[in-house]
Amino acid sequence: MSSVGTSLKRKEDPRLITGRGNYTDDMTLPGMLHAAFVRSSEAHARITAIDATAASERAGIIGVFTGEDLADVVAPMPMAWVPPGIEVKTPERWPLSKGEVNHVGDAIALVVGRSRAEVADAVDDVIVDYDPLPAVTDPEAALEPGSPLVHQELGTNRSHDWSLGGGDVEAGLAAADVVVERRIVNHRTSGAPIEPRSAIADFRAGELTLWTSTQVPHFVRLFMAIVLGTSEDKVRVVAPDVGGGFGAKLQFCAEEVMVSWASRKLGHPVKWTETRSEHMATCHHGRDQIAYVRMGATREGKITALHAKIIADFGAYFGMLTPTIPSLGAFVMSGVYDIPAVKTDIVGVFTNKCMTDAIRGAGRPEATHMIEVCVDQLAAELDIDPLELRRRNFIAAESFPHEVAYGIVYDSGNYQGTLARMLEHLDYGAFRDEQAELRERGVYRGIGFSTYTEICGLAPSRVTGPAGFGLQTGLWESAVVRVHPTGAVTVFTGTSGHGQGHDTVFAQIAADRLGVSPEVVEVVHGDTGTGPMGLGTYGSRSMAVGGESLARAAERVAEKCKRIVAHQLEAAPEDIEVADGMFRVRGTEKGMALAEISGIAHVRPELLPEGLEPALEEHAFYDPENFVFPFGAHACEVEVDVETGKVEVIRYLAVDDCGNPLNPLLIDGQVHGGIAHGIGQALYEKITYDENGQLVTGTLVDYSLPTAAELPSFETDRTVTPSPVNSLGVKGIGEAGTIASSAAVLNAVIDALRPLGVGYIDMPCTPMRVWTAIQEARP
Amino acid sequence: MRVKIRVTVNGEERAAEVEPRDLLVHTLRDQLGLTGTHVGCDTSSCGACTVHLDGEAVKSCTVLSVQADGHEVVTIEGLAGEDGKLHPLQEGFWEKHGLQCGFCTPGMIMAAADLLARNPNPTEEEIRHGLEGNLCRCTGYHNIVKAVQHAAAVQAPAEVTA
Repeated sequence: MSSVGTSLKRKEDPRLITGRGNYTDDMTLPGMLHAAFVRSSEAHARITAIDATAASERAGIIGVFTGEDLADVVAPMPMAWVPPGIEVKTPERWPLSKGEVNHVGDAIALVVGRSRAEVADAVDDVIVDYDPLPAVTDPEAALEPGSPLVHQELGTNRSHDWSLGGGDVEAGLAAADVVVERRIVNHRTSGAPIEPRSAIADFRAGELTLWTSTQVPHFVRLFMAIVLGTSEDKVRVVAPDVGGGFGAKLQFCAEEVMVSWASRKLGHPVKWTETRSEHMATCHHGRDQIAYVRMGATREGKITALHAKIIADFGAYFGMLTPTIPSLGAFVMSGVYDIPAVKTDIVGVFTNKCMTDAIRGAGRPEATHMIEVCVDQLAAELDIDPLELRRRNFIAAESFPHEVAYGIVYDSGNYQGTLARMLEHLDYGAFRDEQAELRERGVYRGIGFSTYTEICGLAPSRVTGPAGFGLQTGLWESAVVRVHPTGAVTVFTGTSGHGQGHDTVFAQIAADRLGVSPEVVEVVHGDTGTGPMGLGTYGSRSMAVGGESLARAAERVAEKCKRIVAHQLEAAPEDIEVADGMFRVRGTEKGMALAEISGIAHVRPELLPEGLEPALEEHAFYDPENFVFPFGAHACEVEVDVETGKVEVIRYLAVDDCGNPLNPLLIDGQVHGGIAHGIGQALYEKITYDENGQLVTGTLVDYSLPTAAELPSFETDRTVTPSPVNSLGVKGIGEAGTIASSAAVLNAVIDALRPLGVGYIDMPCTPMRVWTAIQEARP
Repeated sequence: MRVKIRVTVNGEERAAEVEPRDLLVHTLRDQLGLTGTHVGCDTSSCGACTVHLDGEAVKSCTVLSVQADGHEVVTIEGLAGEDGKLHPLQEGFWEKHGLQCGFCTPGMIMAAADLLARNPNPTEEEIRHGLEGNLCRCTGYHNIVKAVQHAAAVQAPAEVTA
């Protein structure tokens, strides 16, 4: 029986539910030292002096190091995007500041000592003299002439301009009967995995082993070798159990460099685990875009053109992918709609804040939010029902693969199908009746929709690589399938799961192809010392790219098995099938189990077909031909207390289509978490800096992650539209919930408030903001 | 200054020397090797460090180690039966996919165990409010609620007969 498609319980759970997980901070190495960072209290300043005398004299302190000590860090922190024909002004960034700090939390010095407590105490004793410089935190102010410059040497705060478009947008807008223009703020957020970042470096005999809480161990190895001036074979990076990522751990971190550097210098293992306040101040943030959107349509509701000018606030520096993030949104700016002209113009800006980079969805939540919010705004303007307006503009289900105005080809879709399925669960007419009735009694309920698609399965390297979009890397994936002599299987994947359930679903894929139970398939990931290079887990790529490479490797092993079985049973290899846990001669009871085949392959060379290599191990590398485009229809119902402004989500319904479902249990889990992340942004979460660049939301007390009490149970369903891009027919699902949900929530809040005269409001819909909007709308 | 303490941890008497300022969570993790209890914040917000102190759930980042002297602590490592049989909550979390990255899970399970001890048949709303002090970023809590309901269903009949 096929394991793929079933809701197999997770193989990784037994250790995690009994406290036997192994997260980076759980590890202690003999002789291990601890590290902590002295960080800037200023948003922008020159450092005039650092006095580490008192700190160095404290008991247990081994050393205090500053930017001046880093002569043997041979390259600055990398940024991986060089778009052809466009100059991206890139500030130099070192693991420790060299003379100037550019945001609160910027690392100034590293303290290394014998215990966590001792280094924490010593950090407070390092005295830094600052010569404050003017700071700018508002991206639009940063673009004004005369603004303080974050990086004087660049001569501007404007990092670059980048555009993607197709069709004549201005003509389309001119031809429209109605043009909706909105300024839509997608505020700054934190990824906030519950496990803070942590790293342990052990440099001995010229070789570095780094355990780190990362989504991308292979990237970390490559960049570590470059900045430390060593070679990749001397660096092994291991991601043990990783306590959530959400993009926050898709980064090559200065702290990872510093513990590695310190271990090399001091000859001891060195551990650093961030505090939550360090995470909030220094782990890259997400979003922070202001979009000026114009959506034109005919009176009948046909969208004629869409233009978005996006001001993307990157903060003070670039991480690995910072300036690419808004561009990822531009790739889906047409949404699920057939729009003849679409254009996105992006302006990147530096401010004196923590850098932004990929956080769950990375550019696509921003795009989907502005499209879906504008569609609802347009519906109100035209007095057309928001779902009817969507239907009038959906890309026709028959037209896939569908090329949108700016040249991206959506692989497959059936937007009418997901919407129809959603309406099987939702009595829309009844909601509207109830809504009207409740309003009579002063109860304000609203419903909001989001019909989305997103681009994931990163990525076809020809499109994203140096000659295309300009990333200086391939984005293919790899897998090795190794069958042991007893028939047990080990699978190595270049992806690096951190909660998604790779151990389980990757085992299911291999098991089906080898006629064994997933129980006997072990999945190994997150270790550059095993298996081939891979690119990690982000961008909803693990299954569509990593899973496909695994399927291909497993197929190769199966082909070899078939040759061995055919030789033994005197049949043709093409007559061997995998059925009932056997490699069986089709139409007969004759066959061999994997254990028996593997025994022959490993220890009975005389039984192998002429010329066949021994053992059973194959690898595959897979670079997809196209992206994959999951899609769906989400609906959110809210109730707004108009006296206090408090918004309660009373119902959330999601119908998603991620192609063939390999493990429905895991898919639902990804959708639930994704929705919660989007609701969090829409209602609660916001990173706030004051005008001086001080971080106001530096802990989980003031940065409000949603708790169980704020969220409803979610209703989920699926349609299945396989992707033609890969043999598994799969698309990604890790980010879809987040990408879809913020717009559904915001549209619901606006729907509730419309009778009070509130036609638009920016996220997050906190009680204060909602209450204020209601007061301001009062006649 | 270091202080000697004796704490019964998961049924076994353990001794440690701690600084008066040491937090229970650090003593459990760094001295007693019980790394199943996690630290996720600095402000007692996340609940990843939840353990039982004399049978009640506490955030062990908010308890000084010296306060645990002479008391009983149960951590996630001590929740399963001696025969290794999973606690109904552990079973529920596995059965209902109540965890993804697993980092909040030990604290979530310990908090839920306390909740069920006080209220063996909680409604969904009671579960949600009962776990308000524990943050999860992966699951949206949907399956955590299901996991607790599963455990309640398994556990409640047994408690009635007892």
